Amino acid sequence: MPSDDRKNSQDATPIVGAATDIAPLGGPKPAHERTADEEAGLVDWEKLAASDRFRDLLKAKRRFIVPAMIFFIVYYFALPVLIGYARPFMETRVFGPVNIAYLFALSQFFMAWVIAALYVRAAARFDKMAAGVVSQSEDAAPR
Amino acid sequence: MTPALGMFLLFVLITLVITYWAARKSQGAAAFFTANRRITGWQNGVAVAGDYMSAASFLGIAGLIAFFGYDGFMFSVGWLVAYLTVLLVVAEPLRNAGKYTMADVLAYRLNPRPVRAMAALSTLTVSTFYMIAQMVGAGALVTLLLGSSHVSYEMAVIGVGILMIIYVVFGGMLATTWVQIIKAILLMAGTILLSLLVLKHFGWSLANFFEAVTHVTYHDKGVLVTKNFLEPGLRYTPANHGALDLISLGMALVFGTAGLPHILVRFYTVPDAKTARVSVVWAMVLIGTFYIMTTFLGFGAATIVGRDQIAVSGGNNMSAPLLAQALAGDIFFAFIAAIAFATILAVVAGLTISASTSFAHDFYTAVIHRGTERRPGEEVRVARITAFVVGAVAIGVAILLGKDANVAFLVALAFAVAASANLPVIVLSLFWKRFNTTGAVLGLATGLVASLALIIISPSIMKVDPPGVVGAARHLIQHPPIFPLENPGILSIPLGFLGAILGTLLSREPRAESRFAELSVRANTGLGAEKATTD
Repeated sequence: MPSDDRKNSQDATPIVGAATDIAPLGGPKPAHERTADEEAGLVDWEKLAASDRFRDLLKAKRRFIVPAMIFFIVYYFALPVLIGYARPFMETRVFGPVNIAYLFALSQFFMAWVIAALYVRAAARFDKMAAGVVSQSEDAAPR
Repeated sequence: MTPALGMFLLFVLITLVITYWAARKSQGAAAFFTANRRITGWQNGVAVAGDYMSAASFLGIAGLIAFFGYDGFMFSVGWLVAYLTVLLVVAEPLRNAGKYTMADVLAYRLNPRPVRAMAALSTLTVSTFYMIAQMVGAGALVTLLLGSSHVSYEMAVIGVGILMIIYVVFGGMLATTWVQIIKAILLMAGTILLSLLVLKHFGWSLANFFEAVTHVTYHDKGVLVTKNFLEPGLRYTPANHGALDLISLGMALVFGTAGLPHILVRFYTVPDAKTARVSVVWAMVLIGTFYIMTTFLGFGAATIVGRDQIAVSGGNNMSAPLLAQALAGDIFFAFIAAIAFATILAVVAGLTISASTSFAHDFYTAVIHRGTERRPGEEVRVARITAFVVGAVAIGVAILLGKDANVAFLVALAFAVAASANLPVIVLSLFWKRFNTTGAVLGLATGLVASLALIIISPSIMKVDPPGVVGAARHLIQHPPIFPLENPGILSIPLGFLGAILGTLLSREPRAESRFAELSVRANTGLGAEKATTD
């Protein structure tokens, strides 16, 4: 334990640092003080990329994102295609003067919001999986 | 002083106070380029909406619906749907793996100098074309809104240009963000208020409203006609390849929004990828609500003001302000006019900061000086000078073109370049291990050249005008168009991907392949991502 040779007794800086305190000079920096560049050198990217946890994360993301992209692209481009090539059907009235064309265009907004909401829910799971991958790297990295 | 001028000046005053506050708070590169990455999720979401919804959206789409009914509404759908690509594919990986620009992600595993040079060229092309379109529109609109007896076109362009330079040069990203937030809130408030007034006009009955929309009366070439505005076909007809042009526009929106540099830089202003995601969702709620409400604005203007009246009072861009005037008088007109002005300023400020960030970070530091700042703070200084130059050039070009110039195609061009050049290389760099420098350079070049070339031979530039069309409104090339569509996306996007893929297959780059693991882990987990900094 270093001796307290500070002249100013008003200085409230604790002598022994907890993990959250300012890092002592010279020693390794605590994780929260490392810059992005310093962190890069500490990680074995190849090993992480090949790890089961990371591959599971990629698989889970792909399982959501690829079908979601395909669905929204098909649903969206159906609008101009149907307007262009199936106009009588699109002009069928549903509620009073309101026709399929208007309702289908309006439904695009709700489609986008629903997919966004589903993605946010799925992404909470991806975040947990990503945290698992990161903790794995921190276990391996020198402190 | 008219009420409109008063509200314009009030908005200018508020934004200048914000710029002063932001200038005192912001020190250093992270503050200038990213507001220290401390913008919260909702703030950034609102700012993205403010950055994205241009005067073309607010006044233009309301006008399209007022003039062409359903076809205008259909046109507006893609602007929201496009955000699914931003949400699902681009926002989070970009935040995780980049620092200031989209080129950061490309430069990770590719040879930085050629890739950054091309990416900066593409970014500057998108931003300046988009900005010139906004500036010409701004000049024409401000003179209309304030009355040309008070403000000339040139004064309006210079005023807008000087304000955007001040926001960016002094206030950096923090001031730009808050100008965008205030604008988005004003825009939403004005749109909701206007929609409610339209509903009130129809006795709070949607049935009455839609009934009125089915028979809109106006003069078409001197003949009085009555049209059902809920039926498609008033603008996009088989004769002008309407369906194909809409599909082509849809492709440019769906793939281009996720490649717009001024939208992408916004995701660097938040602390982490999760916040970036939250902000996209906020933006989607705002943008979607706004475009749904354009139904009331556009159809309301068509039924309450009438197409004939709008045509003689400034044209379709004036639909929303004229509707406000018809429903609630001059003060409300002034309020809506001030919102239109705020809208223009927020968008041009966003474009200016993304252009200057890209030039300073990607071109000046990385390409000319091989990635090292010679003096601390040099990058920010260069960015400030660039913002000044870009602003001055935009003012000059907008004045040279004049207010009657046909500039709508510049927006189509910006989206086409973003979709055909930027998006393919971002996606391939993130998801294809084999992708390499040759592929990125060739992909960016093909996307850029294809979009430009197709626009030049499209009816936007190449068309035989009937006699009587004179001056700036004339098409540049008097020849029947070679490419029939106004939107080149349907051809230029596949060409961009093709260029990127063929370029990649031409050569092998072991270093790019070996660094794929690192980029993939970073992009998907946020490990080693740039962190928020303190003031």
